[in-house]
Amino acid sequence: MHHTLRYLFFNGIARPLLLILIGLNVRRRHLLPARGPALLIANHNSHLDTLMLMLLFSSKTRRRVRPVAAADYFLKNRVLAWFATRIIGILPIERSNIGRTGSDGQRVDPLLVVTEALDREEIVILFPEGTRGDPEQLGTFQSGVAHIVRKRPRVPVTPVFIHGLGKALPRGEALLVPFFCDAFVGEPIFWTGDRASFMNKVHDCITTLAGEANRPTW
Amino acid sequence: MNWSTLPSTVRWTIAGIFALLVVASLVVRTIRRAKPDANLGELAARVRSWWVMVIVFVIAMVLSRTVSLVFFAFVSFLALKEYFSNTPVRLEDRRPLFWAYLAIPLQYYWIGIEWYGLFIIFIPVYCFLAIPIRMLVIGQTDGYLRAAATIHWGLMICVFCLSHAAFLLILRPADDVTMLAGPGLVLFLVVLTQLNDVAQYIWGKSLGKHRIVPRVSPGKTWEGFLGGAVTTTALACFLGPTLTPMTIAQSAIAGALIAVVGFFGDINLSALKRDVGIKDSGSLLPGHGGILDRVDSLTYTAPIFFHYVYYLFRWQTFGTTGG
Repeated sequence: MHHTLRYLFFNGIARPLLLILIGLNVRRRHLLPARGPALLIANHNSHLDTLMLMLLFSSKTRRRVRPVAAADYFLKNRVLAWFATRIIGILPIERSNIGRTGSDGQRVDPLLVVTEALDREEIVILFPEGTRGDPEQLGTFQSGVAHIVRKRPRVPVTPVFIHGLGKALPRGEALLVPFFCDAFVGEPIFWTGDRASFMNKVHDCITTLAGEANRPTW
Repeated sequence: MNWSTLPSTVRWTIAGIFALLVVASLVVRTIRRAKPDANLGELAARVRSWWVMVIVFVIAMVLSRTVSLVFFAFVSFLALKEYFSNTPVRLEDRRPLFWAYLAIPLQYYWIGIEWYGLFIIFIPVYCFLAIPIRMLVIGQTDGYLRAAATIHWGLMICVFCLSHAAFLLILRPADDVTMLAGPGLVLFLVVLTQLNDVAQYIWGKSLGKHRIVPRVSPGKTWEGFLGGAVTTTALACFLGPTLTPMTIAQSAIAGALIAVVGFFGDINLSALKRDVGIKDSGSLLPGHGGILDRVDSLTYTAPIFFHYVYYLFRWQTFGTTGG
């Protein structure tokens, strides 16, 4: 990662964009992990989600924050790949490797980069829905996060619910329309011992946080 | 305009506002000392936010005319953003909403070039006609009227109404175009509108018994309303002849107008918040809520006071007296 350019990008471009043009309302920022290893999970509706979550951290802590992102999308051309790996500092995941068996007969672990990052005491951002999905709709959570936490059961998992960015810049749109956005941070959760109960807990936490959001309807 | 060219009465009024803030901070501190267990969190946050708002407002007013106009445009932008974030909008209308935002720089540009004729019809006529056209291109008819009406209402309140405060700033008397009447008029409007809110609140808290509009805003009482109106009118009699070309009688009418329509501006947005089910329009100003919560009265007082003053005197603007 290019730390100087990264610092300049986040403080010179991302911060004015998200704080002045869009506007952010954060609840319980103090619940964010202060140091790694830690996992941050959030619902995903916009490219801006990653920038916004990274901006929640101080510049110093942000040096250790790594968002998980799809290799097939972010590494598809050299310019985007340079930006994604050097400036944002993504952990690229090969989505095509999910469920695949390697030449040694073992199942390939596409999330290996995440456990490695956690072992380097980094803070990893993961979107369990796997994709941005429909605007402002909560998709189903993939169990990849359970797979990681089972291997590293002492790592705290902090849930964050994001609201509004899916209106400001949804999938497939290039035009940014300003809306105030919310980020609700929840209490960290830990591995429960089995996948089903852990995933239920993750789902419950995010939906509870989602209940705090004001969704105006007629 | 900058600090040294501002009329001395404007400078003294600004000094007076700071003195008032110091008093407010001292009062909070004294109550804290006397009753350490009193919950003053909200009041203290309110006073702190007032400090920030006054400092930003004063800086915006004294730096230059352009900075002042950009400041007012930015307030409109924040208000409109809060409005669109809190009202139900259709996702199909992202582009019409973007057009609505584009109206802000244009509206304040007309003010910058002192084009009164366009300033006064741009949003009520042209935006009113143009934004539905953008919606028609998209073609979503489900909820069409609600969406079109919602966008226009927001533009009228947050951009059109508030921008009258900015037009007030650039007004120059037709018989003496070098005279800086604007800063005094804006200060008169903003100070009286905000103090009227505070006065109605204090009178209501101490004497309030009979509710005016219990279904819209249960905290508003006749005692608060009338007490605030008398206070504001009295203050206007003092500030008007000092800050503006108005006589005492004209100032008294201006003060009463600000007190009455400011009240309606306040409950107008209370009704909107009640309709969409929120208490505050945002969290930008701790202790106050959002920016719309702070400028709610101003959405009514700015256009009404502007047209009152515009009627009283002859002004030099492009398109009226041939400037």
